[in-house]
Amino acid sequence: MTGFLRSVGRQRYWLLGLLLWLGGLAGPLGARAQAKYMTKTGVISFFSASIMEDIEARNNKVAAVLDLSTGQLAFAVPIREFQFKRTLMQEHFNENYMESEKYPKATFTGQVVNAAQVLKLLPTASQNVEVEGQMTLHGVSHKVAVSGTLQQRDGQLIVFAYFNIAPADYAIDIPLLVREHIAKSVSVRVNLTCDAVTPNVVSQP
Amino acid sequence: MTQLATFIGRAATLGLLLAGLAVPAAHAQTDLLGQLETETKKDAPATQVVDATFKSTRLINGHTVETPGEGTLVFLFSHNFGTVNEGFSSLFGFDNAKVRIALEYGISDRLEVGLGRSSLDKTVDGFLKYRALRQSTGLHAMPVSVTLFTSAAITTDSYRTDAFDRTLGLRTAYTYQALIARKFSPELSLQLVPTFIHRNLVQREGENNDVVALGAGGRYKLTKRFSVNAEYHYLLSKFTAVHQSNSVGLGVDIETGGHIFQLHVSNSQGMIEKQFIAETAKTFLSGNLYYGFIVSRNFTVKQRHRK
Repeated sequence: MTGFLRSVGRQRYWLLGLLLWLGGLAGPLGARAQAKYMTKTGVISFFSASIMEDIEARNNKVAAVLDLSTGQLAFAVPIREFQFKRTLMQEHFNENYMESEKYPKATFTGQVVNAAQVLKLLPTASQNVEVEGQMTLHGVSHKVAVSGTLQQRDGQLIVFAYFNIAPADYAIDIPLLVREHIAKSVSVRVNLTCDAVTPNVVSQP
Repeated sequence: MTQLATFIGRAATLGLLLAGLAVPAAHAQTDLLGQLETETKKDAPATQVVDATFKSTRLINGHTVETPGEGTLVFLFSHNFGTVNEGFSSLFGFDNAKVRIALEYGISDRLEVGLGRSSLDKTVDGFLKYRALRQSTGLHAMPVSVTLFTSAAITTDSYRTDAFDRTLGLRTAYTYQALIARKFSPELSLQLVPTFIHRNLVQREGENNDVVALGAGGRYKLTKRFSVNAEYHYLLSKFTAVHQSNSVGLGVDIETGGHIFQLHVSNSQGMIEKQFIAETAKTFLSGNLYYGFIVSRNFTVKQRHRK
């Protein structure tokens, strides 16, 4: 939080703070600890294996925020940032399959299942979690359940998940001629190292 | 004043803390995403390059602003048949085909080298293409892409009955182009091509060695993998404009994974600049039309370093 708050102009920061403060006063004064974790350099890679060829790409500009007090999380994935080893594949990915100009971002908002129980144990050991939420990709939204692990280490939150996506579910049309080249189900790997968003650091003069 | 600032800062932080708690759970998820959006917007890359202005490095006969990416080798097989009006005896042009085979390689994402050989006048051509400017959006927006192109073409025909002493110098012609293109929408891209051609040898009385022309062309994508293309080269040099014709081409691009098929009709039989811009014999409307195609296949020779 320190980082991004400092980068905002001071005046704007005050205004934002003030507005939120006024909003905050209206709500109940709970005593729960704020435990948001965030990254803007998370990594998502995908892999498609087929008889004809293997396709893989990696994106290290994934933004994510996780709120450990509620077990809620959100992801925003800039589609154009997927880097392929082959330039033509990257072009086709953006132009023909993902239509990145029309749908520049994929998003996911979800909720850790059984959050209270899982998050209580998190400080002591790495936890396997199940997350349910809404995935939006190529303009199509689906309710999905993804399993992964959460781990707290050195004040950071390490997130790992591995799941499959079927391009057909998200209206990603694959022409007959290249159908043998692209897997029916593409495996996706998520790797995040999130920093704690701690307001108390900011309040020090 | 500083104390006041610190106080407001503290108050704001507290406010932020409380605001987080005040938000009802049902709205929290969208809030998280909203927070993410504002965060990423701030860090978003200042400029975003617009890519895939054209599907191929060729529009019809001429080049586009595109180059193969770093480490990509393109094998191009171009084929222009004879004219349709040759009639049945030559199967409507089928017997008088001219071919050009070429290899193009992307040394970097901006620089490309190419080598080709045409059966028309047994011409060998080598070229360099450099993407000087790339169309982009954002902070440092650039309205157009500009690619600089230069080629040298050498005819290797024997010319036994010719009166000229065909030295290597006299067999050579040079082309310089600035390809200026803009992708107006995912479907529509237009290109302007000022061209300068210098032939070391011209054979006709009053003919200038230099030819200046202005080309224009574009593509319109009808589906994700199919586009219609057009290209026109307007001759500005007087002698050439009188004695030769402006090159006109109409065609389609069909993309199938690693291949691109380009089919076209044109009043030019040559497939390199000095031939189709400076040496087109008859007008498009005369019906002297050559139909042809280009098949290109991309090979990844060297895998790209990831950024």
